[in-house]
Amino acid sequence: MQAQARPAEFAPWNDPNETPLIRFDGVTKRFGNFTAIDDIDLAIHRKEFFALLGPSGCGKTTLMRMLAGFEAPTEGQITIGGKDMAGIPPNKREVNMMFQSYALFPHLTIWDNIAFGLKRSDMAKDQIAARVDEMLRLTRLERFSKRKPHQISGGQRQRVALARSLAKAPKLLLLDEPLGALDKKLRQDTQFELMDIQEKTETTFVIVTHDQEEAMTVASRVAVMDNGKIIQVDTPPRIYESPNSVYVADFIGDVNLITGTAQLGQGGAALLTWAEGQPEIIGTAGEGLSASAPATFAIRPEKVNISESRPECVNNVVRGKIHDIAYLGNISTYHVELPDGQIIKAQTANNRRLSQRMYTWEDEVYLSWTDTAGLVLAG
Amino acid sequence: MRRFTWFNATSLSLGFAFLYIPMIILIVYSFNSSRLVTVWAGFSTRWYGELIQNEAFLDAAWVTLRVAFVSSCIATVLGTMAAYVLVRGGRFMGRTLFSGMIYAPLVMPEVITGLSLLLLFISIGLDRGVFTIILAHTTFSMCYVSVVVSSRLVSFDRSVEEAALDLGCTPFDAFKSVTLPIIAPAVISGWLLAFTLSLDDLVIASFTAGPSATTLPIKIFSSVRLGVSPEINALSTILISLVTIGVVTASLVSKRRIVQARRDEQMAEQTA
Ligand SMILES: Nc1ncnc2c1ncn2[C@@H]1O[C@H](COP(=O)(O)OP(=O)(O)OP(=O)(O)O)[C@@H](O)[C@H]1O
Ligand SMILES: [Mg+2]
Repeated sequence: MQAQARPAEFAPWNDPNETPLIRFDGVTKRFGNFTAIDDIDLAIHRKEFFALLGPSGCGKTTLMRMLAGFEAPTEGQITIGGKDMAGIPPNKREVNMMFQSYALFPHLTIWDNIAFGLKRSDMAKDQIAARVDEMLRLTRLERFSKRKPHQISGGQRQRVALARSLAKAPKLLLLDEPLGALDKKLRQDTQFELMDIQEKTETTFVIVTHDQEEAMTVASRVAVMDNGKIIQVDTPPRIYESPNSVYVADFIGDVNLITGTAQLGQGGAALLTWAEGQPEIIGTAGEGLSASAPATFAIRPEKVNISESRPECVNNVVRGKIHDIAYLGNISTYHVELPDGQIIKAQTANNRRLSQRMYTWEDEVYLSWTDTAGLVLAG
Repeated sequence: MRRFTWFNATSLSLGFAFLYIPMIILIVYSFNSSRLVTVWAGFSTRWYGELIQNEAFLDAAWVTLRVAFVSSCIATVLGTMAAYVLVRGGRFMGRTLFSGMIYAPLVMPEVITGLSLLLLFISIGLDRGVFTIILAHTTFSMCYVSVVVSSRLVSFDRSVEEAALDLGCTPFDAFKSVTLPIIAPAVISGWLLAFTLSLDDLVIASFTAGPSATTLPIKIFSSVRLGVSPEINALSTILISLVTIGVVTASLVSKRRIVQARRDEQMAEQTA
């Protein structure tokens, strides 16, 4: 996960005086008797870079299409800038969308593609030309302005699509998996380019992606969706560090999950009884945890320590045997088998050469973690 | 590459001979100076001269061209509209029925189409003439246009139209400035198809034509029944050459476009 390079003070969602740009109030969308969006409440603020994350078919595109005006909610209300959007067609909304398939106009040149929306506004001709040239510069496409879409490469097409949707300087820009077709290197470059453009233009971006790393990199806040519902909306570090449910913990990044029964401890701590003859695990209590109810302990592999001898002064210690080692260059992941057969992953940075590696297969090791490293979540 | 074998060569020449010998004979005899069609009496362009003098044929040719032009234009507009609504119109009552019905005239025997149109014209008291042939031809060639256009509409990405709406187009503006240019090749080939169908048609035209208007196929058919005249040969030769020129031009144009597209792709790869 990349660290956030955003100023800490940008958090309009914490400010009760801010009115959000977009509001979803109890929005439900049904196709026939299939519920694609299920009673969603959501607020997105001005200048946010908001990411929608979730498995395929969970309703991300449907949510975007409702914002753009291609689908109408079956129930509930969507407001943009305080105005109810019901019945307002796509061409009357100050919203532009960058389509997953780019949807460039094949019969027009790159220049005309970008100018398309401007020509349909009341902008003067010379202003249009200036604006298009500005967009071409921003997306570094000047050399290709006279070409048709089929005469440029995939990455260039993607930038044309971006330039075209940015040209009208919309209040809100919707990006549906904008980088899906790019290779990893170009993808990362473009992610930073997007963040840069977003900061320069101060547009509100809503981006759909099923690449969680991308969402964590670019977004000010991330919404994790499942089956038409929004499970959690939070900043990337909080989504990663304090998931509100087992689903979110499991969906974002790598995680160890241990099931058991919870007991509430002192000062926000919780205890998990998880196996006969094993000491209870101590962790931070998650949202809505109740005593004596089934619970799951979730801990990230990089927060699990591995050692040869039993560590002192740590409450959470388990003993196991190394079952598998995944060497990933900069880090190694040890899959450690506990006596009851569960596998726990522990990750360490490889700051030594491979030949000096400390542990090998079948080694008996101790795994340990601090009292606050893991979360005890309901369910 | 396929290799040359005697078997391939023989079957190819036999096939082509089967297709083209009748036409070659017809063309050769159109330059025959004798009035008897089957007796060769030396080269002459006499029948072409007589053809130009023959008012009845020229009239029929003029009627045919007018009918073909007007009916194919109307059929193209109506057929494109029908295709657009059927493919893009979303769900509406009886949509499946309509899309099925648009194919029906394609498989309907022409005699039945002709007869039913004739009955319709009689029952509403419409005098048969150029106008009724145009109506009849529009009716049946419209289906062909809408089939050609809808297959293009189905295969092209809906989101391109949505992008136009998103950028501020009204639905009509989006159709005019995005959809239509993209489907234009299909619309043009639909028009060409309608035009040739109308030029060719004998059966439906003979039901719906009146004494005031005769199309060329009707004229040729009725004069052949009185015996083949060398004038008909000359006329057929002219038709064959027109069709040949048309087909050759069309294929040259599309070939050039393919070559151009390939060159564009190479250029894109080099600059990528
Ligand atoms: N027009 C439609 N008619 C019927 N069902 C639809 C329609 N559009 C979407 N759905 C259904 O709604 C659900 C959500 O679709 P959506 O396209 O929003 O998913 P998504 O989250 O964007 O998935 P992906 O990551 O694969 O793009 C899917 O199960 C899909 O089958
Ligand atoms: Mg999608």
